[in-house]
Amino acid sequence: MMETALFYLFAAAALASAVMVLVNRKVFYSALSLVICLCSVAGLYLILESPFIAAVQIIVYAGAIMVVFLFVIMLLDPFSSEILRDKKRCLAYIGVLLGVLAATILYPVLRAYNLARAPRNPGFIEGGAGSVARMGHALFSDYLLPFEMTSVLILIAVVGVVVLAKRQASG
Amino acid sequence: MGLLHFLILSMLLFVTGAVGFIVKRNIIAMFLCIELMLNAANLSFIAFSRFLNLVDGQIIVFFVMVVAAVEAAVGLAIIIALYRNRNTLSADDADSMKW
Repeated sequence: MMETALFYLFAAAALASAVMVLVNRKVFYSALSLVICLCSVAGLYLILESPFIAAVQIIVYAGAIMVVFLFVIMLLDPFSSEILRDKKRCLAYIGVLLGVLAATILYPVLRAYNLARAPRNPGFIEGGAGSVARMGHALFSDYLLPFEMTSVLILIAVVGVVVLAKRQASG
Repeated sequence: MGLLHFLILSMLLFVTGAVGFIVKRNIIAMFLCIELMLNAANLSFIAFSRFLNLVDGQIIVFFVMVVAAVEAAVGLAIIIALYRNRNTLSADDADSMKW
C-alpha cells in the first residue's frame, strides 16, 4: 500500500527532525531541522488530500517564516557566521553540488511538463474538504470577516515590528 | 490509514515541542519549539477536516499560518530588542519581570 508507506516515511522524518530540533545544541541546526519537519508535515497534508495547505506550508512556512528565523539567527548568533568560514566549508560545496544535481533533474521535467495535458486529480480541485474550490468558497463567504481581520492584524504587526526593532535614540 | 494515526503523530510532535520549550534555554530555540507545537496542532486540524469532510479545519489552519507569520515577525523583533538591550539570548538572563 503506497499511501501507508508514504505516511510512515513522512511521519518518521517529521518525528526524527522534531527530535533533532531539541537535540541540536546550535540553534542554527535546530532551525534547519525544523525546515525538514515542516516539509515532512507538508507531505502528510498531501496524503490528507489538502494540496493548498501543503503548498502554503512549503512556500510560506518553510520558505518565508523560516528564512526570517535564519536571518535573525545569523544576525545574532556568532556561531552561524563561523560555519561557512572554517571547518564546515566542505558542507557548502556539497550543498552547491546537490543544488546543481537537483536542477539537472528538475529542468527536463519542467520543460516537458505541459499544463494543458497534465493529468488532473479531480478531487484536488473540487470535491473533498481539502479541495481548492471548497476552501476558496468558504474563505470568501462564511469566513470573510476573519479573513479581512487578518489583514488588519498584519498591519498592526508591521507597525509593531517597526516600533520594536527601531533603534532607540537615547536610552 | 485512519484518523488515529495522524492524531498520535500530532500528539508526539506537540509533546516534542512542549518538552523543547521547557528544556531549552536559548530564546530562539524556544521560539522554534513554539512553531513545532503550532505545526502539530495544524496537522490534527487537517486530519479532522479530511476524515469528517468539513472545510472549516482547512480555514482554521490557514488562519493559524497567518498568525504564526505575524507572531514570528513580532517575536523576532522582540528578540532583537532584547539582544540589543541585554546582549544575551538566554531566557534566564531576561528575568526583570520575575517576582
